[in-house]
Amino acid sequence: MARGRKPFLLVLAAIPALPAYILFMRFVHGLGAVTNLTDDMPWGLWKAFNVFSGVALASGGFTITAAVVIFHLEKFRPVVRPAVLTAFIGYMMVILSLVVDVGRPWNLWRPLFYWNERSVLWEVGLCVIFYTTVLFLEFLPLVWEKLGFRGGIRFWGWLTPVFVIAGVTLSFLHQSSLGSVYLIVPGKLHPLWYSPALPLFFFLSSVALGLAVTSCGAHYSSRAFGKSFEPLITESLGRATAVVMIIYLAARTLDLGMRGNLDKAFRMDTASLFFQAETALLGLLPAALLLFPAFRRDPGRVAGAQATVVLGIVLNRMNVTLTAFQLGTGARYIPHVFEVAVSLIILCAGSALFYLAVKHLPVFGAGESISSPPAHKAPEKVRMGT
Amino acid sequence: MTMGCGLLFDQTLCLGCGACELACQKEHGQPPHKAVKLDADSFTFVGRVEGGYFQRHLCMHCGDPACASVCPVSALRITKEGAVVYDASICLGCRYCVMACPFLIPKYEWNSPFPRVRKCDLCYEGRVSKGEEPACASVCPNGATVFGERAELLRIAKGRIQREPEKYIDEVYGEYQAGGTSVMMILGKTTAASGLREGVLLDALPPLTGRMLRKIPVAVPVVGLMLAGFYFLTKRKNDIAKEEEEEKNG
Ligand code: SF4
Ligand code: SF4
Ligand code: SF4
Repeated sequence: MARGRKPFLLVLAAIPALPAYILFMRFVHGLGAVTNLTDDMPWGLWKAFNVFSGVALASGGFTITAAVVIFHLEKFRPVVRPAVLTAFIGYMMVILSLVVDVGRPWNLWRPLFYWNERSVLWEVGLCVIFYTTVLFLEFLPLVWEKLGFRGGIRFWGWLTPVFVIAGVTLSFLHQSSLGSVYLIVPGKLHPLWYSPALPLFFFLSSVALGLAVTSCGAHYSSRAFGKSFEPLITESLGRATAVVMIIYLAARTLDLGMRGNLDKAFRMDTASLFFQAETALLGLLPAALLLFPAFRRDPGRVAGAQATVVLGIVLNRMNVTLTAFQLGTGARYIPHVFEVAVSLIILCAGSALFYLAVKHLPVFGAGESISSPPAHKAPEKVRMGT
Repeated sequence: MTMGCGLLFDQTLCLGCGACELACQKEHGQPPHKAVKLDADSFTFVGRVEGGYFQRHLCMHCGDPACASVCPVSALRITKEGAVVYDASICLGCRYCVMACPFLIPKYEWNSPFPRVRKCDLCYEGRVSKGEEPACASVCPNGATVFGERAELLRIAKGRIQREPEKYIDEVYGEYQAGGTSVMMILGKTTAASGLREGVLLDALPPLTGRMLRKIPVAVPVVGLMLAGFYFLTKRKNDIAKEEEEEKNG
C-alpha cells in the first residue's frame, strides 16, 4: 500500500516544486534563465498575457459597476459582485506577474514618488496602484456582510457611487493608456496594428471584453456553483457586447482605410492571417451572431459567442505585444516553457482565489449589491406584494 | 564648451582598429574584448561594412530621447550637456526603454539577479561632466570620432560632405533622425548597408505619447463629472418611474 502511494505523493510534491524552481532560477540567475526574452524582444508572454490581457480581462469590474451604479441598470445587479471580485483578483494577479516580470521588483513602488509625467508607463503604474485600491474598497462590503458588520455595510452603501466613479475613471485611463504604450514605436509595430488611435481601440475593446467576460462568468459559474441568473442578463449582455464590438471593429476598419493600410489585411501573409483571426473570426463573427435575437435566446450559444469575443480580444492584446512587434522589428520570439508555465500558474492562482472567495464570501449571495440600498429594498417589495 | 555636446563619427576615416571599444570598456570597468555587437558589456562596437569601410555603433544621445521619456521613474534622463544617462538604483527593470529606443540601443543584463540597462553614457560621470572628452574620442588614432559642441560638429560634417560630395553620402545621420541626436555620423558612398537603423522617424518620438498624456488632466475631471452627472440623471429617472408606479399601485 505505502509503496503504491509513493509515485502519487511524488507527483503531488512536484506541483509546488515547479513554481518554486522557476522562481528560484528567475530571482537567482535572472530573467534569461527562465525566459526567451532578448534585447530585440524585451517584452514577452508575461507582459502580453498576464499584464496586457490580464488588465483587459479585468474590465468587467468597471463596465458592470458603471452600468449598475452609475447608469442604474438594475437588471445587471446580480453580476456586480462577481464582476468586481474578478477584477480585484485580476489586478492582484497583474501585480504578481509584474513582480516576476520586471527586473528590479523592489523598485515597483517608485512611480509613486519618482514622477515622469511624460511616461505612459508611469501613468499606467499609478493607475494599477490606485485602481487596485479602489477595487479592494469595492470588494470590502462582501467582508462586512460576512462578518455581519452593519455599520460598514451602511457606510459603504453611501460611498459606493464615489468608489465606482473613481474606478471607472481610472479604468478608462488605464485601459486606453495600455494602447498609448505603443504610440512611441511607430517604426516597430506592424501597420495593421499601429495607429494613433490605439488608446481608443484598447478602450472600446476593453468595454466589449468586460461585458463578454461577465456574461461568460455568469453563465459558467451559475453551472459550477449552482446559482442561476436570469437569462435576461446574458441576453442583454450579449446585445451590448455585439453593439460595442461592431463600433470597435468599424473604427479599426475606418482607421486602416484612412491610413491606406486596408489592403494589408487581405494579403494572406502572416500579418493578415493573425489580423483576420482576431477581427473577423473571433470578432465580427460572434458579434454578428449576437445581434440576432433568436440566437440570443439560447444561453449556451450566447456563452459560446461571448467566449469567442473574449478569445478575440485577448488575441488582439497578444498580437499587438508579440505578433505585430516581431513583424515590425524582425525579432524572433517563442516563449520558453517556463514562461508558459508561470503564465498558467498565475491564471490558476487567480481562479483558485476566485473559487475560495465564492465559497466563503457572499459573492452570489443574498445581498445582491456592492452597495446596501437594494438589500433593504428587497423586503419592502415582499411586503408590498402581500 | 559643455552646452549641447556630441560626437561626430566619420565612416571614411575609421580604420576599424577597435581602440574606441577598448577605451570604452576600460572606462566602464568591463573586461576588454573585441565587441561583435552592442551588448551589456559593449557600449560601442565597430563593424566592417562591405567596400572597405567600418561603422561604429553606439547610443545616439537623442535631443529628445524616447528612452528617457518612456521611463516610468526617470531612471534615464538627459543632462544639460546632452548626455543620456542612467541610474540603476531607481530603475524598475520594466525594459520599456529597450522596447522604445528607435535605434535599438539599450541592452539588458538578462542573466543577472540585479539587472541593469546598459548603454553608452557619453562617459558622463567620469569625463564629460568634468569638461573632458569621452574615452572613445580621446583614443581614436585617425580622428574618425571627435567630440565637440553639436552645432560645431554639424558644421564640420557638412563642410566635409560639401568638399568631397563624390566621397560622402549627402546626409548627416543624426541631424534629423528622431528629432536630432547629439551623436552624428557621416558615411562614405557605398552600396553596402552600414548597419545603422534605417527609416527612423525624422521627428522626435516623445510627442507621439505626449499628445495623449497632456489630455489626461482634462480628461479626468471631465469623465468624472460626466459619470456623476449620469449617476444623478438616471437615479432621478428611476425615482420618477418608481413614484409613478407607486401612484398607479396606490
Ligand atoms: S539612441 Fe536610444 S538609448 Fe540612446 S538616447 Fe536615443 S532613445 Fe535613448
Ligand atoms: S528598464 Fe529601467 S531605465 Fe528602462 S524604462 Fe524601465 S525603469 Fe526606466
Ligand atoms: S562616449 Fe564613452 S561610453 Fe560612449 S562609446 Fe564612447 S567611450 Fe563608450
